[in-house]
Amino acid sequence: MLSFFARRVGESLALILGVLVLVFFLVRLTGDPVGLMLPKEAPPEQRAAFAAEMGLDRPLPVQFAAYMTGVARGDFGESLRQRRPTLEIVAERLPATFELALAALAFALLVAVPLGLAGGMRPGTWVDVLARGVGLAGQTVPNFWLGMLFIVWFAVGLGWFPAFGRDDLSSIVLPAVALGFAGMGQLIRLTRSAVLEVRRSDFVRTAQAKGIAGTRVSLKHVLPNVAIPIVSVLGIQFTYLLGGSVYIEVVFAWPGLGTLLETAIRDTDFPLVQAITIFLSFFAISIHLLTDLAYGLIDPRLRAA
Amino acid sequence: MTRPTTPPDAGAPTAADAHAGEGLFSPRRLGRELLRSPAGLLGAALVLLVAAAAIFAPWVAPYAPSEADFLSARIPPAWNPEGSAAHLLGTDQLGQDLFSRIVYGARVSLLVGVFGVTLSLTIGVTLGLLAGYFGGRIDSVITAFTNLLLSVPYLVLVIVIATILGRSLVNVILLFGVTSSPVFIRVTRGQVLRLKQLAYVEAARGLGASSGRIIPRHLLPNLVGPLATLATFEMSAMIFYEAGLGFLGLSVPPEVPSWGNMLSLGRRFLTTEPWMAIFPGLAIAVTTLGINLVGDWLRDAIDPRAGEG
Repeated sequence: MLSFFARRVGESLALILGVLVLVFFLVRLTGDPVGLMLPKEAPPEQRAAFAAEMGLDRPLPVQFAAYMTGVARGDFGESLRQRRPTLEIVAERLPATFELALAALAFALLVAVPLGLAGGMRPGTWVDVLARGVGLAGQTVPNFWLGMLFIVWFAVGLGWFPAFGRDDLSSIVLPAVALGFAGMGQLIRLTRSAVLEVRRSDFVRTAQAKGIAGTRVSLKHVLPNVAIPIVSVLGIQFTYLLGGSVYIEVVFAWPGLGTLLETAIRDTDFPLVQAITIFLSFFAISIHLLTDLAYGLIDPRLRAA
Repeated sequence: MTRPTTPPDAGAPTAADAHAGEGLFSPRRLGRELLRSPAGLLGAALVLLVAAAAIFAPWVAPYAPSEADFLSARIPPAWNPEGSAAHLLGTDQLGQDLFSRIVYGARVSLLVGVFGVTLSLTIGVTLGLLAGYFGGRIDSVITAFTNLLLSVPYLVLVIVIATILGRSLVNVILLFGVTSSPVFIRVTRGQVLRLKQLAYVEAARGLGASSGRIIPRHLLPNLVGPLATLATFEMSAMIFYEAGLGFLGLSVPPEVPSWGNMLSLGRRFLTTEPWMAIFPGLAIAVTTLGINLVGDWLRDAIDPRAGEG
């Protein structure tokens, strides 16, 4: 038991270390990080001065050591444009992205579970056709395009919701639905196929034979058994939403990490790009770890794996 | 690739042999299966439509993709009262014909999808086979690399690398080929680990067959099914992500007509000329729908138990 936890924590720490190394080398991949961060017309003196200021003129191992000691002290560098610690900027934007991802996940679950359950319990009926159609749409429709359609229809056309920004509660509706749409599709398919499996079990047949009403069988006998696979993918879904929020935040000018990443890339503010990448990866790794640990607690068989 | 698993004379008929001497992947069997699946047929038709548009673009498109005509700028689609029959889907702010640009844009999407998947399939199968078949240290290294790439949120990884590499079609293909390979590595490795314990592989090894014979003769044919299904889904994902990169201004150069670039431009005119963004997005949705339908059908045709209804 303890060794399972220790092993998973150790693996996660190794992954975090790996991400730090990966990010360090990615920025230096072209061999000319100065050229990436300064405009093309920058004169050689400015390049040299910039390289010296950022420490990019030092040998690679020295740069790497400085980078790692900085990270160990919680120093992720300074933004080139805003001239303040990147950590501070990321921390300011994080709540908005979390809020959006959570709202998207809530939307996905609220639609997917009832629809997948209803469809799976009655395969071949109109509910099932609807569930499969919506599931396929979620898998197919690009979220950034859906976001733009929402703006055209519901914000500009009907005026029901604001098109941009993050003000009151109504401003989160369109971005959350657009972001959660793909996850909703996957969750519908997952729920439906899990229901199809469970509904053939003996205990479901017994319940039906005893004359228990269909709704009650679905909610009391099938749903609890379907909950396990659904819960197991929620962690993955959430990290997917954190990453996928980049497009949606840009479409709706949502002031989170996604729009921050877009601006940082446009400004070639690489220290900031680096910090955002590292933090989003940290979250992804931590969420995976927490899901696995929770799973190890619930199902002892998984600890051996 | 007509005959997976053991040759028919090796003993009792296997599941794959049940189809009157045809392999699981024989064109005839797959063709017959396709005719029985309306969704699969629709998917195949959509994919063929997009592929035909891409290949025959100069004959399909009424205008050259970059032919600007300022006198007919910002025309709405033909069915709009202010539209013009000369421009079916309307024009953009430079007076370029949207339908023609969408037809040419199919080229970028399909090139990225086809070559990106080919590259990641090549990397994935090679590394996955090495890891799964030989195990040991080489497995540890490959698995660590796979886990590392999968731990960075995919979109963020792609955006950062695209920024560093710069805008070109070759860079975009390389980017997707490499970053999508971990999925193929994982599936290949998992399959190889399972297959190499099966009796027929053990038997081949017991008879003195070398790795150079076991891998191509006994392992690779059994990888075709799972990998073909994965490849179709990955292709639609790549087309989606490429368009997204274009939307952020990080894919092919801005002068190239691509669906992502059109969306990126259309976004700026969203409230006044919404058709500039709606139609390229529709093209992406139709293409990914087609590929996904083919993928769903292929999965069910190869493994009838996977689909259920």
